[in-house]
Amino acid sequence: MLSPVWLPLFVLGMPFVAFVLLAVVAPLRRAGSRAALVSIGAMLLAFAAALAVWRGAFVAETTWAWIPADGGPIATVGLLVDPLSNAMLVLVTLVSLLVQIYSLAYLGDERPASLGRYYTYQSLFAFSMLGLVLAPGFLQMFVFWELVGLCSYLLIGYWYERPAAARAAVKAFWITKLGDIGFIIGIVLLWSATGTFEFTELFDKAQEHALAIKGLPTIMFLIYLGAVGKSAQFPLHVWLPDAMEGPTPVSALIHAATMVTAGVFMVTRTEPLFAMVPEVLTLIAWVGAFTALLAATMACVEDDIKRVLAYSTISQLGYMMAAAGAGAAYAGFLHLLTHGLFKALLFLAAGAVIHAVGTNDIFRMGGLFRAMPQTGVVFLVGTLALAGVPPLAGFFSKEAVLGGVWEAHFTGPFLMLAATALLTAFYMFRVVFIAFFGRAHAGGHPHEAPWLMRGPLWLLAALTVLVGIRLGGAEGHDATPAWLVPLSIGLAFAGFALAWAMYQRGAIDPARVATVLGPLDYLARRRYGIDALYAGLYRGLILGFSRLIGWIDRYIVDGVLNVLSALTLRGGQALRGIQSGRAQDYVYGVAFGMLLLIVWAQLWR
Amino acid sequence: MIGLPAYLVLGAFVFSIGLFGVLTRRNAVGILLGIELMLNAVNINFVAFARFNGDLTGLVFTLFTIAITVAEVAVGLAIVIAIFRVRRTVEADRLDLLRG
Repeated sequence: MLSPVWLPLFVLGMPFVAFVLLAVVAPLRRAGSRAALVSIGAMLLAFAAALAVWRGAFVAETTWAWIPADGGPIATVGLLVDPLSNAMLVLVTLVSLLVQIYSLAYLGDERPASLGRYYTYQSLFAFSMLGLVLAPGFLQMFVFWELVGLCSYLLIGYWYERPAAARAAVKAFWITKLGDIGFIIGIVLLWSATGTFEFTELFDKAQEHALAIKGLPTIMFLIYLGAVGKSAQFPLHVWLPDAMEGPTPVSALIHAATMVTAGVFMVTRTEPLFAMVPEVLTLIAWVGAFTALLAATMACVEDDIKRVLAYSTISQLGYMMAAAGAGAAYAGFLHLLTHGLFKALLFLAAGAVIHAVGTNDIFRMGGLFRAMPQTGVVFLVGTLALAGVPPLAGFFSKEAVLGGVWEAHFTGPFLMLAATALLTAFYMFRVVFIAFFGRAHAGGHPHEAPWLMRGPLWLLAALTVLVGIRLGGAEGHDATPAWLVPLSIGLAFAGFALAWAMYQRGAIDPARVATVLGPLDYLARRRYGIDALYAGLYRGLILGFSRLIGWIDRYIVDGVLNVLSALTLRGGQALRGIQSGRAQDYVYGVAFGMLLLIVWAQLWR
Repeated sequence: MIGLPAYLVLGAFVFSIGLFGVLTRRNAVGILLGIELMLNAVNINFVAFARFNGDLTGLVFTLFTIAITVAEVAVGLAIVIAIFRVRRTVEADRLDLLRG
């Protein structure tokens, strides 16, 4: 029997081995599909091991000294295996595996070398996320946190020849870095106050009430900032919609299993610490709920199918954060897991649609249900799950989140989240009606995706349903108020009905609604000016400052040098007249100088 | 008996005449002649000191100087001729390619 540490280590190691193999052995990487098989094979083994870990409900912690110092190492690396990380291991490896299989068909037209590069990044991405999940301390978590950021940069910018993709990659990288600055400062402050990076040690201290450090709220707020950047919370959410420039499977991976879930996972993991600072928790809940509502309104006016999904991810991340802020971190985590399943499903289905139609614009699709019924069915499953319709996975986790927020007496965030639930159903069915049932017809001949793409879709759809049914069977509903279930079903149905009336039945004209809600429509279409605000800040402050520096460099630093060189030139010009070039004049100088020396020697001896 | 100062004065005279020639002659050959005079003034000093101090080193040096002078004249005249071939003149004033 393996020790409880070695199997998780194997899960972590497989993608790493695949990455190193692909990164070092260039001919294998350039071979394209063979590189893909290496990566997929490694992922398959990792997934099997992760399943075994999960089934065995392993609990273990092992650390090795990393930065040695007198009186114990400053930092350690290791593995922390508990139910939380076990569940994440399964989710990450499952979604990575399915995404990699799906990509094999989706990116089949890529050059082999590019495909190899893609799978190299994919392996690294999975490795980074698994390392983050298994991290036993803040420092290791931060290292993998940054690796995850790097990989998302590389994958969003996978089509780096496209300026938009390159810009989106840079934007994602910088904006998440903005939050990471807070994260690293918080980690270091916490370390200097407690002398440890280890989660278990910190939790023990929290248990013994030995964590009454001055400034703990500030520290936890700084750490939370990291999650704001990674999990695309307001106001750092702007990178996520732009990240849609990457290939669709990458979006699925980023939105479902890796990257954006890292922030929520971190808050869940360090929940005992956050529990000590109620003011930060309140902030997290409000920001989360506000993010959820804001993103949902933006999703309602978006025409790009992937961007709708991106906004819905932001919105659902807001849900998870709000749950964490309300002290119901495990409800948030449950939502993370179920959301990971159906969001991966939705993105991969959207990818199949885009693959078939060749456009992202939902108004240029239409009637797709007839052309690709299988994709339509799985997309519908994902939509129902996201909208929170029982007995699908999304319903129970969403209800748990709402219940948790209500229990914590956060009425404001609760109302925002309820409104979001309505909007979620609305915008998702809006996409379904327009793209799959609309009267407009897509150009070309949409066709069902190949099996390599449909397989993962069906698997995810089945899992979404099965997990939902299992959750429904397992969960006791006594903790939440009785009216919550009818309320959330009612909200979902209201959203569905509204979308149906507006986009299918035509009973309500969307344009009229837009004019009635004029300012809101205007703002939502312009992303509430947040992108413009950042652009303005960037142009005004950073470019202004740069211009000032440029002016100083050009006119003061260069000016001094120019004056010096001009003086030298003038001096040379003036002195060149002395040089006659005639040998005799120089001899005159020598003779005269000699004479002077003789006279001087005679007079002053 | 003529004393050492007389020889030295003669040497100084010859040296000054040579220097004057070097400074004032416009013809490159004349300048070379001036240099010869200056070197010979030095030779006079060497020989005079050697004679009056009873030390033969000065004489040896003189022999060296004479040999080197011959070589110098040969090289100097060769340069003058080479310049003349190119510039068609040996006027020192007009050889001012290095003027600033």
